[in-house]
Amino acid sequence: MSRSLPDPRERFLNGILPENPVYRQVLGMCPSLAVTNTMEGAITMAGAVLFVLVCSNVLISLIRGLLKPHLRILVFTLTIATFVTIADRLLAAYLYDMSKQLGPYIPLIIVNCVIIARIEVCGSKQGPLAAAADALGQSLGFGLGLAGIATVREILGFGTWFGRWLGWRVIPDTSPALWDEWVVMILPPGAFLTLGVLMGAINWIQAIRRQRARQAT
Amino acid sequence: MMRYVREAWLVIALCLLFGAALAGVQAALQPKVEANKLADTLGQIPALVPGAVSGVAETIGGLRTFRALDAERREVGRVLVASGQGFADRIELLVGVDAAGERITGLYIVDQKETPGLGDFITKEKWRAQFAGKPARVPLRVTKSGATRPEQVDGVTGATISSEAVVSIVNTALAQWRKEAPGL
Repeated sequence: MSRSLPDPRERFLNGILPENPVYRQVLGMCPSLAVTNTMEGAITMAGAVLFVLVCSNVLISLIRGLLKPHLRILVFTLTIATFVTIADRLLAAYLYDMSKQLGPYIPLIIVNCVIIARIEVCGSKQGPLAAAADALGQSLGFGLGLAGIATVREILGFGTWFGRWLGWRVIPDTSPALWDEWVVMILPPGAFLTLGVLMGAINWIQAIRRQRARQAT
Repeated sequence: MMRYVREAWLVIALCLLFGAALAGVQAALQPKVEANKLADTLGQIPALVPGAVSGVAETIGGLRTFRALDAERREVGRVLVASGQGFADRIELLVGVDAAGERITGLYIVDQKETPGLGDFITKEKWRAQFAGKPARVPLRVTKSGATRPEQVDGVTGATISSEAVVSIVNTALAQWRKEAPGL
């Protein structure tokens, strides 16, 4: 079955850059734009997605022999919704402040296309090892995508990185003359601007690489 | 009938399994979530009732309240805990009232899942601030043409249900408190 499909190692590596959910597949745009004005928000979201994706992908992979084609989406959604609810409750119990800050974006992971896409592409077709590797790789790629956007937005918008968590400001608090907080980076337009610029940069790097590879041959 | 069960047995089995799992998670984590909410509520009391530094829980006829106390432990007001259906899910909020029960002194949203970017304005300081100073003895009303009368609250266009849900939860809680509280 898996002879034409990528093996676990490839699945894992593909998710990080070649098939990065944010920059290459352009999936999961809602959280990529909405919760990336702070690193804390971005990392919590990435962690919740990691939990949901690993659990759902592996579970579906274990029961993939029982799936009926016309009822599969129903089973996928049911599984995802269950793990998202568990993630939401865990955050409310152990990371209450983050849970309040992210609000409805945690329940909204149910409709995050990255998850159902990975279940459809990998979990429902390959064994649990490949499914787990795929989920880890894709979540890592998603986390890196979010962290990239959040780094730019939080540094430019607040002058901090990880806020008070590290107790350290990238741009010193005492130099308002040098740096005024750039509010647009915190607000929604900042997300679109940052995503566009970062995606452009990644495409540009890829284009240069391809060109070099062509010249080498 | 049997054909449906044959086709959908996996869905049915998963529903039961997942339902049981979620019930287990809820039972295990609910006390912790409630403790977090209580800590959040107690932390908000000084902001909800001017002069208050701490709060003591007191349930009056099924209504959860906190007596807001100042540094000399005199009662300077009260915080009511109320909830009701919003647009997407239940909204849980706190209303601060002065000691005489005449004026609302503050509003805080403890839990909500309103539409991001639309209905979630209810959590914003700017919108909540208008509740301070509103009369507590007459029902508040939502208006969209700019509040001119004391009992009017500015709603937000495009999020009518969220605005009205908050106002209706506040009104219900105040009405219940007036009915149950002795000496008001």
